[in-house]
Order: sequence, then C-alpha cells, then structure tokens
Amino acid sequence: MEAAVAEKRKLAAKDYKSDIKPIWCPGCGDYSVLNALTRALAELALRPEEVAVVSGIGCSSRIPAYTSVYGFHGVHGRALPVATGLKLARPELTVLVTSGDGDGFSIGGNHFLHACRRNVDITYIVMDNQVYGMTKGQASPTTAPDWEGSKLTPEGTGINPFQPLVVGLASGANFIARVSASDPINMAKIIVEAVRHPGFSLVQILSPCVTFRPEQQEWRDIVRTAVVDYTDDAARAARRLMTDDGFNVGKVLYKGSRPPFKPEFEVTDGSIAELEASFVI
Amino acid sequence: MAAPSVSLVIAGSGGAGVVTAGSLLLEAAANAGWYALMTRSAGPQIRGGEAAAMIRFATEPIASHDDSFHLLVAIDWENISRFAAEIPLMANSLLIGDPALGEAPAALLCNSPRQAGLAMSEIASAIEGGRSNMVALGAIAGMIGLPVAAMESVVSRQLRRKGQAAIDASMAAFNAGFAAATGLPAVPRLPGVDAAPNGERWSITGNEATGLGAIRGGVRFVAAYPITPATEVLEWLAPSLAKVGGVLVQAEDELASINQIIGASYGGVPALTATSGPGLSLMIESIGLAVAAEVPVVVVDVMRVGPSTGIATKSEQSDLNIAVYGMHGDAPHVVVAANSVADCLFTTQWAVHLAESMQTPTLVLTDQLLGQSRAILPRPAELAFIGQRQTAVVAEEGQRYQRYALTGSGVSPMAIPGTPGLAYTADGLEHNELGTPSSQASDHQAQMDKRLRKVARFDYGSHWADIVDAEAGGGNIAIITWGSSTGPAREALDRFSAMGGKARLISLRLIAPAQPDKLAAALAGIERALVVEQSHGGQFHRMLRAFYDLPRETLALHQPGPLPIGPGRILDQLNAWRT
Repeated sequence: MEAAVAEKRKLAAKDYKSDIKPIWCPGCGDYSVLNALTRALAELALRPEEVAVVSGIGCSSRIPAYTSVYGFHGVHGRALPVATGLKLARPELTVLVTSGDGDGFSIGGNHFLHACRRNVDITYIVMDNQVYGMTKGQASPTTAPDWEGSKLTPEGTGINPFQPLVVGLASGANFIARVSASDPINMAKIIVEAVRHPGFSLVQILSPCVTFRPEQQEWRDIVRTAVVDYTDDAARAARRLMTDDGFNVGKVLYKGSRPPFKPEFEVTDGSIAELEASFVI
Repeated sequence: MAAPSVSLVIAGSGGAGVVTAGSLLLEAAANAGWYALMTRSAGPQIRGGEAAAMIRFATEPIASHDDSFHLLVAIDWENISRFAAEIPLMANSLLIGDPALGEAPAALLCNSPRQAGLAMSEIASAIEGGRSNMVALGAIAGMIGLPVAAMESVVSRQLRRKGQAAIDASMAAFNAGFAAATGLPAVPRLPGVDAAPNGERWSITGNEATGLGAIRGGVRFVAAYPITPATEVLEWLAPSLAKVGGVLVQAEDELASINQIIGASYGGVPALTATSGPGLSLMIESIGLAVAAEVPVVVVDVMRVGPSTGIATKSEQSDLNIAVYGMHGDAPHVVVAANSVADCLFTTQWAVHLAESMQTPTLVLTDQLLGQSRAILPRPAELAFIGQRQTAVVAEEGQRYQRYALTGSGVSPMAIPGTPGLAYTADGLEHNELGTPSSQASDHQAQMDKRLRKVARFDYGSHWADIVDAEAGGGNIAIITWGSSTGPAREALDRFSAMGGKARLISLRLIAPAQPDKLAAALAGIERALVVEQSHGGQFHRMLRAFYDLPRETLALHQPGPLPIGPGRILDQLNAWRT
C-alpha cells in the first residue's frame, strides 16, 4: 500500500500533459489553465487512468486531448451530460469538465442549471473570456451589453450579461470559486479543493482572449484577491455574489454540504428470470 | 390467420376503465388457452377522456388485427365518433350500447351494423358496488364463449387488496352480464381449447418487451426523458434495472439523455435511451458524435404520427428517413426495426449486441401500435448473441495505444477508463488512429473507410429479415414490408395461402445498412412486389429504390397513420395479381 502511494507521488504536472501542441493563440489564458489543471492532478496524486476530462466545443474544450488522462471531446454544449453519465456509471473515476462561457452558459445553459441541481460529484471548470473565440469573436452570454467588437452585433448586444456564479448558486452548485488565469498556483490550489469537495463544484476562471478581447490583458491588474473567506450560508453567498463586480478572485466563495446525487449500482440477488416471471400468465 | 378468431372493441369515456377492462379480458382469455392482441386508442386528454380497447382473440398466436370488428360494446357514447375510422363495423357486426344513454352516433352506422341494447348501468346499479364495465365484460364473455371460471381467478387476483366484497360485487356484475348475453344476437364464438402448460404464455406489451430486450442484451445504464408513446419503456426499465444492478436516470431533456448514455458507454457500461420522433430529432447531432467517437449506444424510437408534435398518441412509420439519413456528414450506423410485439424483445436485444460489437450507435424503430399493444403470446425463446464489445486491456510494449487503429473489420479494441497505460481522448473531431484531432484528407478517408467497414463487413446472419413463404410456395409475388405493417402482411399472406395462393413475405428487420445481396437472393424468382408501409411519403419504398434492385412490377401501398393498412387491402392486391 505504502509503495503504491509512493508510486503515485512520482508523477509531476508534466506527466499529465500529452505531446499534442495546443491550437491556442500565443498569450491565451487557457495555457495557464492547462498548467494549473495538470499541477492540480499531480497534487491530487491521481493515476492518469483514474481521471477523465470531458468537454464540448470551443477553445477551452480542446483541453482533454492536451492531457494524458482519459478524455472525451464531444459536441457543443453537452459536456455536462456526458460527464454526468460517465460519473454515474463509473463513480470511482474522478471526472472534470472543461468548458467556456459560450459552450457552458449559452448552448449548454440548460445542462448547467440541471447539473447544479443534480449535484453529481464532478468539477466544472469554465474558462470565461466573454467571447466566442473559435468562431472569431462574437458576443457570449457573459459579454458586456455595449461591447461593439463583433460584426454580428456591431451595436453591442444590449443584453445584460449572464451571472454564472449567482445562477450556479441558485441552481444548487455545492462549491463555487472564481480564479484568475494570471495566477496558476492559486488556480491549481482551488481546483484541488474543488475536486476534493463532494458534489458539483463550479470554478469560473477569468481566462483572457488576447486575440479578440485584447483589452482583457489588463485583467491581471484589475483582479483582486477576494477579501472574505468562503461561506457555507447560501443566502450570504448570494448577497456577496449579487454585489460583486466579477473581479474578486482567488478564493472559494461558497461551500455547501448537500449530499451528491449518486444512484447505487447495487449488486442484487435479482435475476432476469425474475423479471420475466412477471409476464407469465 | 387460418384459426378462428373474434374481434371486438370496448369503448367508453372518463372513468369507464375500458383499457383496464380489456386487460382483464385478455388475462381471462389466456387462462382459457386463447391468444390475444389488444391495441388501444385514446384521445388527447391527460386523464379520463374517451378510450377504446381493440381486442382480437384466437386459438393461435395473432399477428394483426382483422379488417373490421365483429362486436363493439360502448359503455357510453361520449366522443366515440372520434374513433369511428379506427373501428370499422360491417353489416354483420354487432353494436351494443346502453339504451339509457341514447342512440348510437351516426358515424358508427355507415355500414348499417346490427344493433342491440344492454342495460349495463341499470344491471350494475342493482348490484352493490357493481360497475357497468364488468357487466359489459360478462356479456362479451358470454357471447364469445369465454368461460366464467377463466375470469374468476383474474378478478380474485386483481381485486385481492380491495377485499372479498369487491371481488363478489365484480363477479356478480360479470355474471349478470354473462347471463344477459343469451338474449343478445350472435357473434363468432371461439372453441374451448386446453389451457397452456404453466409458464408457456406471456402477457406483455411491446414497450415492456423492448425494455426486457435491453436488459437481456446487457444494458445497465438508461437515461430517460418522458415522451408519449415511449414512456412505458422507461417506466418499466426504472425498477427492473434496479433489480439487476443497473440504473436509470431521468435527464433534463433529450439532449442530456443521449449524451448521458454516451458518457456511460464511454465508461464501459452498455447504455440505452428510448424516445419518440421529437426526441430523436433532438438527439441526432449527438448520435453523429457516437458514430465519430465510436461509442456504442442504443436509441429506441417508438414512432408516432409526425411531423412536429403530430398526433402524439397514435402510430405511424414515418421516422425511417430521419433514422437512416438524419445525421450530417457521412455517418455509418445501424437501424433495426421490430416487426411484432414479441419481436420488440428480440430486436432490442439484437440491437444491443450490434451496437456493442460494432462500437456504433444502433437505432431501434418500433411504434405506438407495437409499443402500446398487449399480446398474449407463446413464451419467447431464450436468446444469447455471441460477441460483445472488444476492449483493450494491456498496453503494447513501447507503443502508444491506438484507439482508432485501422483494422480489417474496422472494429478496434476500446480502452475503458480505469485501464492503465491506455488513456486516450474520444473525439467528435476527425482524428487519426491515436485519436489526435486531424484535418488531413488521408485521416478523414481512412477513418471514414473504417467506420463504414465496421457496419458493412459485419455478419448480420439471417436476422436481417423475416422471410415467410405461403404454404404452397413462394410463387412469383412478394410483399416487402417492415415494422408494424408486417402483422397485417402476415395475415394477408395466410389468407392468400388458404385460398391456394403463392407468395413470399419479406419483412426487413435490418433497415440500415442495406443488404442488397441478401434481398436479391430473397427475391429470386419474384416478378411482382408489393411494398407496404404506413407513411404518407412512401419513405420505405423510396429507400428500397435507392439501395435495392426491385422487380420491374413493384407497387407501393402506403398511407399515413394513424390508420393501419389492414390485411384485406394487401390481400386485394395479391388477388388482383393472381387473376
């Protein structure tokens, strides 16, 4: 047993990376997230085969192939249901989902609500850059209403941004944190905490898109470490999140204690013959 | 069908409990050694509303309803005209109503059936706790020759929890109806037969049979979003899976259910979902993902009238196109179709085997008519298909695991998460053998060839179709059909055969991929073919024309739901060709 533990500790962050070169632009915040994620896996001392990273479509959703763990890169917006099915079928696996603001909150918005509600023990890492990068720069649900940088909405969207952490809290997420891609050490630490916390853990990462939102390079100067520690009181967390400007980072904001949804695959004495007997006249 | 049979309808509105009454009658008939088929038709109301139970009894297994009904017993006339087209009555049919509730509506009288009154409510009200539907059942039993004893055990078992008084009241009402039958005009009576040996007869619906086929095939994870008329598959599976160590999860929508089962199957657990047309439309994108990422899943579509919400409670064979062609890109996959209530079990179990063996999504088409029909049938055979998912268990020394290796069969061993040294990323992006995303022409060509090879080279054996020859031989006429149209076609063939006709019935169970060589062999010597299906656009006929060589003289008999194409219409064409 001790030998096994020692064996586990041998793995370093780089051992969780694959040899595939990311397609991201130079300076993209997602590089830093990949570093933090692999660092977190090393810290958790999980064997690569014990972990699965699931994603949908978008820049951030490319992460699975850049790791050396089991990965699943599916269709746009549906990473959470894939991860839900995987975790419920194979509860012993550690399941993480990597997503972005478009994949997670727009096309996948309904699954986000219900994943929070269902509270399956998975960790949801959302790289939020307030833009669709892969399709070359359109407004996402978290984009400010007056952003005029897209040909699709040249006058801005005129629509209030989606508040992922508030919605996540209201929907039942069991762990909520916001971190900045500019601080990979802190990011890794929070991801470790998120994985260890039972139930559905939501980690919003401010991950700048230097290509389509170059002004986001200033985020590293704007963000500040949240001044208060996390609360386990949902009402208090809600008040804080509602008055928050989105730049308080680096800390867990809420930790709940709802038991995760975990239907048992019970080994029973039941047999198919018994089921068939119910049809016999 | 050569054996004697009797066809009847019990109709009524809110609270008359006609489907329950029909189920009691079915069970009693099974006790008497008869076979039965009961379909149901209901209005759109959530609760109550008008309903009709259409039942056929025979001394042999039943494939189809007859073209018309011998007997209609209306507990009341409420909205019954809505069913008029579904319950054709002829001049020798008998229409029984309660005189206290007025005249039969004109819609039922087009062919001037015989009429008789039965004072069901008055007879029932004379018995404490008596109900009209039990009086009706008694009268039906008396008329068709079903012995009282066959019903007694059913009533005692069904009402055991309600106590002896309820049992006595029900049987008193039944007996009063039975006695009243002597004064009613005659309908066909079935002969008494020996009761079947214990355990040899089942009472099962198509949707239950589908669920059982899934479990027999090894499915242990099901994601569910309710939709008419597929919900009963899921509701049967929920407690049943729990008994065999599986689990069912209710999803937030069909997009979630298809992706949950993809996740579970990627994790190594055989997985299935069941839906109907609107749900299948939502799932299609992700079924394409399962094609590309090579994740075995089974999707059951219990078809209903479309397009859009269509007629949710009624049957149509019109999802063939979306099942075969619905996905974007070239997406080789498997589509199979059940052709009877019992075959829902076989075909679903086979589908799990096909999906797992080929690591590809397999769609199962049934429909409302099969799914919501209850049949008394011979105990289905035990089945075991050899061969399941090929898994990779050990990394080859010094080599990276190739999840999408190019093999002769196209099937490459699949690593299940948890297996050391074989971690890979399953991807809906085009990829190379390792699974690494690739936009190179050569990788796309190679992976497309591999995906096609899997389904093209697989040995489907004799299960691709059910082929039946008339007693006197195949002759030069064929009926080509699929799904729930097979039952009426079987009956037409039987009748044609009884008249000395020669014909062959070919019912395709494997809809995709097409099997041109096999159909060519099955059509040897055939000069004329009749294609039968329940779709407005003739989807099946068009598919046959696209993939197969058909006889020069091929006629298409197709109509939209909800009315099935009866055996008589098929027989008419066979006879026309004979002369």
